[in-house]
Amino acid sequence: MIEKQYKQITFTLNGKQVSTSVDVRESLADMLRREFGLTSVKKGCEVGECGACTVLINGDVFASCIFLAIWADGKDVMTVEGLVDTDGHIADIQQAFIDEAAVQCGFCTPGFIMSAERLLRTGKRYTRDELRKELSGNMCRCTGYHNIINAVEKAMNARLEAAGKQPV
Amino acid sequence: MEVGKSFKRVDAFDKVTGRAKYADDLCPKNAYVSRILHSTIAHGRVIRIDTAEAAQIDGVVKVLTCFDVPDRPFPTAGHPWNTDPGHQDVADRKLLNEHVRYYGDDIAVVIAEDTVAADRAIRALTVEYEAYPFVLDPIESAKEGAPLIHGERQNNNILAHSSLRIGNYAEAIKEPGLIKVEGWYHTPTVQHSHIENHICFAYQEQGQRVTVCSSTQIPHIVRRVTAQALGWPWGKVRIIKPYIGGGFGNKQDALYEPLCAWLTTQVGGHPVKLDVSREETFVNNRVRHAMHAHITSWMRPDGTFAARKLEVWSDQGAYASHGHSVAAKGMGAFPQLYPCDNVETDAWTVYTNKPTGGAMRGYGIPQAMFQNESHIEDIVTALNLDPIAFRRKNSMPVGYFDSFSKNELYEDSFNQCLDKAIEKIDYDRKRARYRHQTGPVRRGIGAALFWYNTAVWPISIETSSCRMIMNQDGSIQLITGETEIGQGCDTVFAQMAADTIGLRLEDVHVFTMQDTDVTPYGSGAYASRQTYIGGFSIRQTGQLLKEKILKHAHTLTRMPADLLDIIDGTIVRKSDNRALMTVGELATRTLYDMERSEHLAAESTYAVKSNAYSFGVTIAEVEVDIPLCQAKVLNMVNVHDCGTLINPQLAEAQVHGGMSMALGFGLYEELLADPKTGRILNDNLLDYKLPTTMDHPDLLVDFVENAEPTSPFGTKALGEPPTCSPAPAIRNAILQATGVAINTLPLNPHRLFEEFTKAGIFRTEQEVISPPSPGRSAEISRVTINA
Ligand code: FES
Ligand code: FES
Repeated sequence: MIEKQYKQITFTLNGKQVSTSVDVRESLADMLRREFGLTSVKKGCEVGECGACTVLINGDVFASCIFLAIWADGKDVMTVEGLVDTDGHIADIQQAFIDEAAVQCGFCTPGFIMSAERLLRTGKRYTRDELRKELSGNMCRCTGYHNIINAVEKAMNARLEAAGKQPV
Repeated sequence: MEVGKSFKRVDAFDKVTGRAKYADDLCPKNAYVSRILHSTIAHGRVIRIDTAEAAQIDGVVKVLTCFDVPDRPFPTAGHPWNTDPGHQDVADRKLLNEHVRYYGDDIAVVIAEDTVAADRAIRALTVEYEAYPFVLDPIESAKEGAPLIHGERQNNNILAHSSLRIGNYAEAIKEPGLIKVEGWYHTPTVQHSHIENHICFAYQEQGQRVTVCSSTQIPHIVRRVTAQALGWPWGKVRIIKPYIGGGFGNKQDALYEPLCAWLTTQVGGHPVKLDVSREETFVNNRVRHAMHAHITSWMRPDGTFAARKLEVWSDQGAYASHGHSVAAKGMGAFPQLYPCDNVETDAWTVYTNKPTGGAMRGYGIPQAMFQNESHIEDIVTALNLDPIAFRRKNSMPVGYFDSFSKNELYEDSFNQCLDKAIEKIDYDRKRARYRHQTGPVRRGIGAALFWYNTAVWPISIETSSCRMIMNQDGSIQLITGETEIGQGCDTVFAQMAADTIGLRLEDVHVFTMQDTDVTPYGSGAYASRQTYIGGFSIRQTGQLLKEKILKHAHTLTRMPADLLDIIDGTIVRKSDNRALMTVGELATRTLYDMERSEHLAAESTYAVKSNAYSFGVTIAEVEVDIPLCQAKVLNMVNVHDCGTLINPQLAEAQVHGGMSMALGFGLYEELLADPKTGRILNDNLLDYKLPTTMDHPDLLVDFVENAEPTSPFGTKALGEPPTCSPAPAIRNAILQATGVAINTLPLNPHRLFEEFTKAGIFRTEQEVISPPSPGRSAEISRVTINA
């Protein structure tokens, strides 16, 4: 029999510092769901293929299903729940997904939104083809991606415009 | 009017914030987990399973094997029950199977406190088998002497055969001067690959009833199947269906709900979760039937049909599931899409030792359209006719009536769809430009039609129920048995209800979760039925509620009810359009009336006795890199006549999704079985090529809105139709580009290399200069001329 091993970790989760004890074998996805009730973190494969579990770690995108929970120690982790402010206002990218009908079953949606959020934070302007390339790690079986690309492009243009950059 | 407007989805906010609850989000934290042991042979018998070591592992609660389950075969297909035993689904599997019929069959289960213990216990189980010969090909399996897969039930492997005869084929082909065009067309096994795998959990309460919360499209049907599998009265089973992460027909089957329900009964009713892995989704759920079809058309030189014949073999895999209904539906499309006086069709659905074929978006029609529309292109190529003109001339004519379904083509839908598609993608100019190309990279443009049946009447019952409960503020809860699976039905149902009663959309709260204890019966999400079928009961129930409201309005306003109407949540006197009171005020006063308090509600069932044809076309523009053997879709347009659009933006989104799935079917996807063992080789999302953002062009969509006369909202099928015609359109575009007609999907580089080689299209290693010459490919349609 193998003894379970636990480790105490402290990290920033959606802007707040948290501390918890985790089984050293547990994935970040499982810990976020089990310990913090973050239902936006979905699992569609658990081996890093589908992107449904995408979260931001120190601002970069990771498949949380193949990222050990203990590795989050000292890091900054963000999920879709973290995009909503305390008054309940959703982020521009979430609104764009609603407005562009980029949501169907919704299972890929939070992962896609996190991947998109990272792109938007770069402040770069991406062409549609570049967006397709950057988002190709997230799978969606419902939308044909068309409206997802539209939503990301729309939010990107709005953010760039707000930052004083000329729309193309 | 709320119908016809592009309202945002009622569930969108919850989904973009991660709040929408799916099955796993609702599972009690103390639930045990379960893992299934799958067979490592394709066919044989389990002699013994040694569970001793597994049972000792810390955290293991129970190990159950195929020797422990009730000896009670049950059917799994998500069809409504038929009280006529002759029309009931085939019951050919048990909860766990001692007679294993495919590589991966379910033979034992471990229930444990956590997944680590469960996985370890699964690895500790040792199995002794008696291996039998197996068969993977349906045509081989149909032959005499093939290993019997269900010898307990039948002495061959043909699950069913059906045929259709119109006129006299044998006589008709004797007409002098006929040109015979024939070909084989093959479509592969593919999997739905919804992003949420099937998952369910079960527990017992209330005097040993069992509740299963499941990612299913069909809660009411799953309740019946689960009860049948347990041998229980149906009322002792309760199914709860929360949001689900896609289904596409896979979850139109009782997958693991019956097993999970049984598992909880084996551990005293403690919650047990059964969470299917992606690998199991590919192998142990359902797949689309692979089909092999042979079509012969006898053409007159003027391009009219003299006689036609179709033979199709459908690969059922190990268990009956939806069985022959899929192949039968595909076969039924053949004589209707291009009517001909002399037709013979035969379809066989044959068991093989492979994963089980079930329902998948399009239910036989994507396969049938690939067969039909590829063959039509082969005809026009052989006869040197124009593919669009041929389709305009020979496809189902206006006024066509099908005496079985009573469906009718009321408008000139095919031509209208073609006109729009041609304009939208600039077909004529491109078709002319892509003629006579040379060089290694060439382009082509091709078209394909489809028609689709909206619902299942008169093959099965079509029924839908609805309940509306009014709140004191004049808003309602809308409850139906029809399920939201991502397609957007909650939103369009709310629009329909609002319009029927005279409320605003925000006054309609959709109760999205089906719970068979409280939700009235609805068959659920399958066919492309819900908007059409649900519309009948929503309209009828809304009218009942409206009548009640107006009766109270009469009492409260003293005005005759027939002078009153409800507009945007307000009681209005029609004669002078005066607003008399809000529905909210009426509801409050009615409920709290000291004398005649009434809770305003209505409920009704509508038994639908009609069906509706849905139509459309795809045109695809493709670039083929011949040396790389790669085809890329540059542009693709789908135009649909799905009747009146209830929500245009959601309708368009639905079409995108269907086109995308068909893009995968056409170019990339194929579940491969190892011929030596029957093991599935690519049971994961790395090796099974699901289309990503990179594989899609921008998708063009348009509609022809011919209101469906049989529907109260003028609507008809859209859920499955978009996935029916893109694959043959892509194939036909590759034919124009290269002159090579490829009759086997998917059109991936492996296949293109093989077919281009056969066609002799590569002249030297670096250079590709041979001009396209139609009909040269080795295996494709053979063309012979009658003496
Ligand atoms: S669940 Fe993590 S990538 Fe699929
Ligand atoms: S919306 Fe269903 S998988 Fe993307």
